Amino acid sequence: MSALVEIRRLRKSFGLKPVLRGVDLMLGPGERLALLGANGAGKTTLLRILACLTRPGGGTVTVAGLDSVRDAQQIRRLVGFVGHQAYLYEELTALENLTFFGRLYDVAQADARGRALLERLGLARRMHDRVATFSRGMIQRVAWARALLHAPRLLLLDEPDTGLDQEGQQLIDVLVQEHIEQGGGAIFTTHQLERALQLSERIVLLKGGKVALQDATEAISLADVQEQLRV
Amino acid sequence: MALTDHTLPAERKAARVAGQERDTKLPLVSLVLAGLSLIGGLISAWMIFLYAPTDALQKDPQRIFYLHLACAWVGMLAFVLLAVTSIVALIRRNERWDWISRANAEVGAVFLTIALVTGSLWGRPIWGAWWVWEPKLTATLIMWFMYIGYLMLRSYMGRTLDSMRVGAVMAILGAIDVPIIYLAVNWWRGQHPTQVSQLPPEMLLTMLVVLLTFTIFYVFLVMQVYQLQRLQTLAQRLRLLVMR
Amino acid sequence: MKQFFLQVFAILWKDIRCELRSKQTWFSMGMFALLVLVIFNFVFDLRIDDKATVAPGVLWVSFLFASILGLSRTMAMEQEQGSMDRLLLCPVDRRAIFLAKLLGNLLFIFVVELVALPVYIVLFNLHIFVGALVPVVLLGTVGIATIGTMCAAMAATTRARELLLPLLVFPLVVPVMIGAVRLTEALIAPLPNEPPWLGLIIAFDVIFLGVSTLAFQFIIED
Repeated sequence: MSALVEIRRLRKSFGLKPVLRGVDLMLGPGERLALLGANGAGKTTLLRILACLTRPGGGTVTVAGLDSVRDAQQIRRLVGFVGHQAYLYEELTALENLTFFGRLYDVAQADARGRALLERLGLARRMHDRVATFSRGMIQRVAWARALLHAPRLLLLDEPDTGLDQEGQQLIDVLVQEHIEQGGGAIFTTHQLERALQLSERIVLLKGGKVALQDATEAISLADVQEQLRV
Repeated sequence: MALTDHTLPAERKAARVAGQERDTKLPLVSLVLAGLSLIGGLISAWMIFLYAPTDALQKDPQRIFYLHLACAWVGMLAFVLLAVTSIVALIRRNERWDWISRANAEVGAVFLTIALVTGSLWGRPIWGAWWVWEPKLTATLIMWFMYIGYLMLRSYMGRTLDSMRVGAVMAILGAIDVPIIYLAVNWWRGQHPTQVSQLPPEMLLTMLVVLLTFTIFYVFLVMQVYQLQRLQTLAQRLRLLVMR
Repeated sequence: MKQFFLQVFAILWKDIRCELRSKQTWFSMGMFALLVLVIFNFVFDLRIDDKATVAPGVLWVSFLFASILGLSRTMAMEQEQGSMDRLLLCPVDRRAIFLAKLLGNLLFIFVVELVALPVYIVLFNLHIFVGALVPVVLLGTVGIATIGTMCAAMAATTRARELLLPLLVFPLVVPVMIGAVRLTEALIAPLPNEPPWLGLIIAFDVIFLGVSTLAFQFIIED
């Protein structure tokens, strides 16, 4: 089974500040990877590089066999990203947002698919309202819809449960589960350690831009993680 | 300044490991260029004031022409090189070429400013006005504004890779536009005063010597400013690391 | 190929929709162009027979200033709401993004010109064939908008973007301004032996459209 994501010796500096200093990481299809670490450890940067929003500064990043520098456009088709920002247009309605992005991703029948996703995420009655009128939790749900619209193979989730209520979180968990069962992969960051251990098959912990801990989840205990974060 | 090399053997070894050795070897080249510039400067001064004959029509103020032409030449050369080094920096994503680009821009802007001022000073006794909208001066003025725009843009955007790419695009746009601007301005107005072919051989020789001296001096200055850019960037980097 | 243009129009449509719903830009641009025209009327004391000499300059200066205003506004809009990342995440051709932005800016400026032109003709009491003026305005505006879209993207991330934008744009659009003013003059009072200004503007447009389409991606992403 070939790896979905392969990262070797990844380095990245911003402005002149090194953020990632040689990271190795692997993810197979059908796997969920929890990316842990304190603030500023480089988690968001790693996800952004995988989403091809930024180039790697050194090393190689491969998604589904595609190189992130040479084949960035193709990787973007395969990746769904839920980040800190919603990446939505506030002046458009929820559905308009999805049909717009659907066109850019070349999604067949974007309108129908958008409707279906919004219904599954409990936004059926608000799909024709402008996103500017939405609460934080509702915006997050639309962001999720945007990420799943083009049936990506890899989900990149940067603290994806922020702003979601209990119901929202459950809806998301179901969607991710379906995605995994269909052979997709997911990398998510979170500060909720128990949840991370519960919902992942692999754990990678970043500290100061380097991998401090990497293993299958069953081999790691909560205590290990907490200790790494403390030191 | 980069004229002398204060680095210790241990620092030189570390620099070599970090791939920065070439930067510390510059002092010798700088010294040579500085020497040549000095000699050239002395010869030029003699030629401008004593060797070259006095112009029949314009008398002595004409001598400022040598300075004006040389500065204008350097200013324009720097602009073209700015575009070239910017393209290289863009393709190679190498910040060293960006330092050269910024050095080119800064030095070129200064020379072009001097060219404008000397052009004005030269024009005053001849045309009776401090400024005329004749094609070459107008085109030079517009190029000067492009320099200022580039420098301001780089200044506001800081020392990031974004800044490097945006600056490069600006330089490329400007360089492509310059010939078009020159054409447009020429169609719009008349002619520039002196035709080079009408100059007596002594004047021609003086002009060439001054041009050569200024070009050497320009390269020397660009190397110094390059070092400055390099050190400023490294200093900023260290500052950021320390502040964590 | 078809996919490319679909993307261009999708982005353009989205921009127009967003702009219409915020309702700010069009009106202020239109008012601005008219204001400039009226102010110039007083400045040059145009109740004289010499109107023909200043009229073209006045027109094109007002177009240029209104364009700058419009460009600043669309630039600010993209910055306000968390940058280009929304678009850059998608597998959309970066050249399509540029064309969409350019077309959007062109549309805004054209609407302003549409309003300003009849007012201009009335104010200056000109007797020219408007039909001949249209291609000049079109081609000149394309030049200004192309340079403007690039410079707006360049200045967008800086603190002093409203100051920087005209500083970057004005020197670059000099050939278009000279050519457009001369062509407009020629329509009012034809001169013999004029250089091929229209050819110059067309060449400018073609060259910079090409260069900008290729270079835009370097401005907006890593």
